Amino acid sequence: MKYAIFCYHAENAVCSWSKEQDDAVMAKLKTVQEARAKAGKLGPVARLMPTTAATTVRKDGEPVMVLDGPFAETKEQLLGFYLIDADSLEDALEFARALSEANPGGAHEVRPVGFFVDWREAQ
Amino acid sequence: MTDLAWLDAAISGARPQAMAALLRYFRDLDRAEEAFQEASLKALKAWPQNGPPRDPTAWLIMVGRNVAIDAIRREKKSEALPEDDAAFSDLDDAESALVDRLDDAHYRDDILRLLFTCCHPDLPSTQQIALALRVVSGLTVGEIANAFLVSEAAMEQRITRAKRRIAEAGIAFETPGPVERSERLGTVAAMIYLLFNEGYSASGGEVQVRKPLCEEAIRLARLLLRLFPAEPEILGFTALLLLQHARSEARLDADGAIVLLEDQDRGLWNRAMIAEGEALIEKAMRHRRPGAYQLQAAIAALHCTAPSYEETDWVQIDFLYAGLEQAQPSPVVTLNRAVAISKVQGPEAALATIEPLAPKLSGYFHFFGLKGALLAQLGRVADAREAYDRAIALAHTAQEAAHIRLHLDRLAQDAGRGKTWRSKVP
Repeated sequence: MKYAIFCYHAENAVCSWSKEQDDAVMAKLKTVQEARAKAGKLGPVARLMPTTAATTVRKDGEPVMVLDGPFAETKEQLLGFYLIDADSLEDALEFARALSEANPGGAHEVRPVGFFVDWREAQ
Repeated sequence: MTDLAWLDAAISGARPQAMAALLRYFRDLDRAEEAFQEASLKALKAWPQNGPPRDPTAWLIMVGRNVAIDAIRREKKSEALPEDDAAFSDLDDAESALVDRLDDAHYRDDILRLLFTCCHPDLPSTQQIALALRVVSGLTVGEIANAFLVSEAAMEQRITRAKRRIAEAGIAFETPGPVERSERLGTVAAMIYLLFNEGYSASGGEVQVRKPLCEEAIRLARLLLRLFPAEPEILGFTALLLLQHARSEARLDADGAIVLLEDQDRGLWNRAMIAEGEALIEKAMRHRRPGAYQLQAAIAALHCTAPSYEETDWVQIDFLYAGLEQAQPSPVVTLNRAVAISKVQGPEAALATIEPLAPKLSGYFHFFGLKGALLAQLGRVADAREAYDRAIALAHTAQEAAHIRLHLDRLAQDAGRGKTWRSKVP
């Protein structure tokens, strides 16, 4: 079975960490990741850029809407995710729009990835 | 690292929003500050024991509010409490109720008001920044005094004076309309930019104490952007700060002297910050509503992503500067554009661009620095030397002067070599 693990935290607190604090967290997490990667049971690890870098593609009807900012509704649940390579934000949004059009409704938040390691390749 | 450091980060992260809400309740900066201060002290006691609350901001607002109400009650012993205050005495129940009421639209105006209050037009810019650092960011008076290189007593006085002025002028508590909101946003961004530049313009021994000012400015810009995620100029503004700050490690050498962009070690640039700045400016440009911050950020992004100074996309930079000249006409913008023009069209065209600026920039170091460089490229050695001499006379720091002297030395060497070379040509 594959599992996806999502990380949640108060962004205003994380943005208030000093560089030393941030580095310390990342170093501790890396130790945990390495142990699992050695067993060949860890895939990609990504740290997303802040929500201010997010754009949301939403389908409430036609046409699909593109809005600045993160996904903000609480009445919908996280059901899946994609990790893509894109030449530009426009390219990424184009794909998200196509996904939205293929869906009867819902939203796709497009967020640039800041930190990324693919442990399968790294090993 | 101590647990205390993490608690501090959680408290300072919550501070702007909590202070903003407390200011709305009590309409008094000092009262709001005391309330927040008390709540923070209680948090430092309670959180390590009971674990931090799910929503630290709501907790701090709640406790701060209760503490301040108690204080007011003590001050006016004879007066009865208003009815609805009783509801706030039970913290646990009230927390969730309060969170529901903290809807985004509401606290957006609260925070904007808090920041805008610090930007009162009667206050000189240094007081605006000092007040924002004290009230919004929660830096101690000692820390602010340190960053501004003044005594703590002098800074204390400056902040007290600023607060008195604001209290006299009165704080605007009505909910702003769209036009007002956009004006406030512009004023607040300008104040944050001043704060950033206080840190950015530091050199030598000042850097260590002043760099946190840049980081604080970025934190406030991000806060503003979270409140107004679809404002292209705020996207551009935040991008601009990130892209400028990304180069800070390479801007000064070991002696604290300024290293020019062309000589900087690009390996020292912060790639994560550059990537975030790029992502934000890309978002901004989708709106097709260019403004001065977006244009400056786009220029900075081109510099940050160029593999080397020589391989910079000068054509695009020239184009963006042309836009900036329209959006925010200033001789300094034209002077900067001239650098791009010199790369695209050559030194002659650049010289023609800056010559009309002479009356306005006759006291500006960088004008004569660039003029000297362009004249040197054209082989007009005597004229170049004259311009460089003027630059040295106008230099603000020893490093600026030293940099120009380097050019003068190079000029002398080249002139020497040029002579022998020319003598061989018929």
